[in-house]
Amino acid sequence: MSGQELLFLLSGLKWTLALSAVGFVGGAIFGLLIALARTSPNKTIAKAAEYYIGIFQGTPLLMQLFVVYFGLPLIGLRLDAWIAVAIGFTLHASAYLGEIWRGAIQAVPRGQTEAANALALKYWPRTRDIILPQALRISLPATIGFLVQLIKGTSLAALVGFTELSLAGKFIANQTFRPLVVYGVVGILYFLICWPLSLYGARLERKFAAASR
Amino acid sequence: MATATIANSTQSTSPMIAMEHVEKWYGAYKALSDINLTVRTGEKIVLCGPSGSGKSTLIRCINHLEAYSKGRILVGGVQLGESAKTIDAVRREVGMVFQQFNLFPHLTILQNCTLSPMRTRGLSKIQAEATARRLLERVRILEQADKYPAQLSGGQQQRVAIARALCMEPKVMLFDEPTSALDPEMVKEVLDTMISLADDGMTMIVVTHEMGFARQVADRVIFMAEGSIVEEGPPAEFFTNPKHDRTKKFLGEILRGH
Repeated sequence: MSGQELLFLLSGLKWTLALSAVGFVGGAIFGLLIALARTSPNKTIAKAAEYYIGIFQGTPLLMQLFVVYFGLPLIGLRLDAWIAVAIGFTLHASAYLGEIWRGAIQAVPRGQTEAANALALKYWPRTRDIILPQALRISLPATIGFLVQLIKGTSLAALVGFTELSLAGKFIANQTFRPLVVYGVVGILYFLICWPLSLYGARLERKFAAASR
Repeated sequence: MATATIANSTQSTSPMIAMEHVEKWYGAYKALSDINLTVRTGEKIVLCGPSGSGKSTLIRCINHLEAYSKGRILVGGVQLGESAKTIDAVRREVGMVFQQFNLFPHLTILQNCTLSPMRTRGLSKIQAEATARRLLERVRILEQADKYPAQLSGGQQQRVAIARALCMEPKVMLFDEPTSALDPEMVKEVLDTMISLADDGMTMIVVTHEMGFARQVADRVIFMAEGSIVEEGPPAEFFTNPKHDRTKKFLGEILRGH
């Protein structure tokens, strides 16, 4: 593999990271709303969030991307590829992060909510100052685990024409007729991004386990 | 007993807490039945009874941690209803100390004490910290102000919980088995703090099995069983001359352990 080909792969990696960042940031913002809705005392809101999570966890990300990119133009809504994948990944990530954070919010001991209530703290200060900081800590390992999944999942953006790392690999492999080497390099690049994150998540998990003893 | 209750309610000052025919149901299970209780300003009440007798449920109804099903509860003249407004009004005036302390583990001792006064009473950080330091000093734990709850012993954490509740300048303090989760050697420091609070005239309702505390501090001791108030009276009378068999049996069991 020549230096130029490697450079091409790295430019693909750049898009992979950009897609991951967009998916994660969008997913985090909407996921927080979903998690709050899912734990809302209002039953209608909680139910709506439950269905949202059910739909986007229960269907393949690939199908969601197809619907947004190829489906919406059929009803006259043509989206730029970037916007389409940003929406697709945000929907997908918000459902998963919403469910992870819902679990974390519910894992905060009941006594914390009771103490906050007894101190006359209303919903917003109670949620923002007491519940969410503790829930975030609880959820960090699972959140990082999902981020790793998301980074690998961005390869699906290739199907709507995004030359991210996987598609870049395919091009080079077709050009050089050396798929084993090229995909090997592609795999190593994914691994170099994801493995440190996994290690970091595992470290946090051990740290919190020790702290809660 | 009946005459004492009437005498209380006919006093010129309105009661701090009035519970009238209060019932609490969990589905088909009746946790409280026909509770009538009047607490005057400055009065100290000790609630005791076997586990499952409804004593915790009773005090948790007073600040609406549990919604009551029937009857009426008035706190400082405000009728505790279902609206968020009256619940909020009552919670601002009623402090609570829990068996498991329930300090906020991600905040320092000082932040535990200043959060609610800043958020609900609109105090500035400087004002809230001044109040918090004064009250932490009072429970003799000021030197720990910048530590986190997990760095403190159980007795210290419970004293912080008392200070945290006092920072809201409550008119009533509720204690839900405040020493039950503590190692024996730490019980005294918490009880001493509560005694000093009582000496300052705080209105208190204390769920506890610490009968020494009841003897020393309580104006009235109330015995509950199966969701009802069985017997009440001044401690001298309650301990030396209990009327009901249920009370005698309970006192026999609990005092044997001391």
